[in-house]
Amino acid sequence: MTQAAQIQEQANRPAHPEKKGDWKQYFTFSTDHKVIGIQYLVTTFVFYLIGGVLATMVRTELATPESDFVSREVYNSLFTVHATVMIFLWIVPAGTGGFGNYLVPLMIGARDMAFPKLNALAFWMIPPAGILLMSSFLVGAPGAGWTNYPPLSLISGKAGEMIWILSVLTLGTSSILAAINFLVTIAKMRTPGMGWNQMPLFCWAMFATSILAVIATPVLAGALILLSFDVLIGTAFFNPTGGGDPIVYQHLFWFYSHPAVYIMILPVFGMISELISVHARKPIFGYKAIAYSSLAICGLGLIVWVHHMFTSGTPPWMRMFFMITTMIIAVPTGIKVFSWLATLWGGKLDDSSALLFAMGFIALFVIGGISGVMTASVPFDIHVHDTYFVVAHLHYVLFGGSVFGLYGAFYHWFPKITGRMMNEAWGKAHFWLSFVGFNLAFMPMHKLGLEGMNRRIAEYDPKFATLNLICTIGAFLLAMSTIPFIVNVTWSWLRGEPAGDNPWRALTLEWMTTSPPPPENFIADPVLATGPYDYGLAPRSTEVDVPFSDASNPALSAGPSSTLRAKPDPVVAANPSDRGTESNNR
Amino acid sequence: MTTIDPAKTSRDYQQEAIAEPAHHQEHPDLRIPGLIVFLAAEGMIFLGLFMAYIAFRAVTPDWPPEGTPKLELLLPGINTAVLIGSSFVIHNADQAIQKNDVKGLRLWFGITALMGAVFLAGQLYEYFHLEFGLRTNIFASTFYVLTGFHGLHVCFGLILMLAVLWRSRVPNHYNSEKHFGVQAAEIYWHFVDVIWIILFILLYLL
Repeated sequence: MTQAAQIQEQANRPAHPEKKGDWKQYFTFSTDHKVIGIQYLVTTFVFYLIGGVLATMVRTELATPESDFVSREVYNSLFTVHATVMIFLWIVPAGTGGFGNYLVPLMIGARDMAFPKLNALAFWMIPPAGILLMSSFLVGAPGAGWTNYPPLSLISGKAGEMIWILSVLTLGTSSILAAINFLVTIAKMRTPGMGWNQMPLFCWAMFATSILAVIATPVLAGALILLSFDVLIGTAFFNPTGGGDPIVYQHLFWFYSHPAVYIMILPVFGMISELISVHARKPIFGYKAIAYSSLAICGLGLIVWVHHMFTSGTPPWMRMFFMITTMIIAVPTGIKVFSWLATLWGGKLDDSSALLFAMGFIALFVIGGISGVMTASVPFDIHVHDTYFVVAHLHYVLFGGSVFGLYGAFYHWFPKITGRMMNEAWGKAHFWLSFVGFNLAFMPMHKLGLEGMNRRIAEYDPKFATLNLICTIGAFLLAMSTIPFIVNVTWSWLRGEPAGDNPWRALTLEWMTTSPPPPENFIADPVLATGPYDYGLAPRSTEVDVPFSDASNPALSAGPSSTLRAKPDPVVAANPSDRGTESNNR
Repeated sequence: MTTIDPAKTSRDYQQEAIAEPAHHQEHPDLRIPGLIVFLAAEGMIFLGLFMAYIAFRAVTPDWPPEGTPKLELLLPGINTAVLIGSSFVIHNADQAIQKNDVKGLRLWFGITALMGAVFLAGQLYEYFHLEFGLRTNIFASTFYVLTGFHGLHVCFGLILMLAVLWRSRVPNHYNSEKHFGVQAAEIYWHFVDVIWIILFILLYLL
């Protein structure tokens, strides 16, 4: 560690770490972003488990070709509520609300978010909305799929339908409020000396995500307002018998729900950038490329929504446009993936579960990304639309992508949140169970889809039985994989070995304060001495070009043969000054 | 940019930081940018509904559908003029409070609130005298939902203005330095006004 990095780490540490707050504060209208972040993470994780139970029931039903475990109507409700819970109550709030709230103010050196009360309000909309959605099982849960296309959603149970609409409207409002908060916080509350290009990449990702949430979510609100008029009052906005047009609902719905997938993956992209740089002990490759590709994905993500509707009677010229824009999205995404690979390349990888999950993320997300480009092409999409190929694709990007990334983030930031380390052995078990279970559950679905098995049906042709059984076994493994994680988190939170302030020897500001951080995060405006990813680089200000007094300890010196280096480079070892201008973040 | 001074140790930095009163400085006031981002989100709801209207119009063979009476233009036209005028009136209130003139602020806000109330009354009068109801046909439904949703926003703007009037009774609650409430109500009112102009062109003129 360079002298600058060491001073940075110690200068920002509160002199008198505050006492730990007691558990009751997590049940109050607390305005501390760290408390709110933990509230989000715990709440959404509970909903993740509920959604997981629903998913397991879906797979149990599909283990055999007949509808024998639950009735068809119940099966419809199962996959509808499963998707709604996983999207609106787990991945979106966990990635943005949970980690975003906890990390963004710490990373930019702010005391709190721009609007702490609004932040608390945004969180407290989530539990009621979630409980409301769960209560729909008592009155006949919604069963028209999470997309709730009319006219199907107009003829199913009204109570369940209205509960779904109200729940999603509430969650959408929560998401908009949180996004407003992030935009203003990131734009206005960075510590002096941190320009846009010195922000950690997670903040860039959160900024792009929040733009999407602010622009796209209200359109869904508009669609749901019109839909509730149709359900309750009997207008005919989306009812063709009364002169309405169901396609308009699809446009409004996907104008939000396609950007929603980027709302779910962009924060995770940011987390992966952090994880890989820290655990590979190397400066991130292409800082600006990763940062600006987030914005590119944000812009492009708003103009691709019709690729969900290639078979809805969309005119050919429109299909052409949306096919091209959808394929262009692969470019900024590819930029990110190659930058991560380049960061890993020749790095000094450590043996942590966090890095394992990050690499698992890259592998699975790329598979999902490639099947995404496949379905983006119109002729192929017409063939696989509404089949299990699409189910496989979305689970590879949302589970293999988002959830694996979230798991990696849990392992990486758990020491900061609790002050204790996670157990690595259990972490490895968790990873391999998840990885094997996941691929077993979703890889065969590609083949099922190509052979023509429809999604959203409880009974299927017996010729698909074998593959479905494999999927079900994988799903059970995947369900089991959460057990080591829960055990690990619970045990580590209570008994884990103390982590210290900076167990990964990272350079971003959230590690420059105590673990867990005190109420106002830092003692003053934090001192910035290095860029966020300057691992093994010369310090930022040239005045500090003296070796640290503790040069006998190679870990503390920044020399060419320091342990922080991936490989001592013979060229640089001869001329250490060559490294002086490498930082991306000056 | 805080640079690291090599002559200092981390202990020096800590001592300085504790000595600095900056530790307990005010939380920055970022409500105006927050409000603007919020209004961007609000604008997107309206944009979604406008696009829905345009789409319905595009796919319906004849618009408005057979048997829908033509919309009167006189009353909505007067209404529009009143609302656009109120945007200029409320700006005077802002000018007044810049000069620390609370009386002027109250006067102009009162007039604006009155104009907003006139607008709402005009809208309600129109609602009660229209020949079609919410469920008559797709044109009627979109008309009522769009104008109604906008009317709700006008209502909320009125509530904001009345709240400012109520609070301005306290001496020095608003002054030339600190008048967020006045600014917020003004920005919001301009937003409602701009939305109405688009809505009027889309629904009445085209």
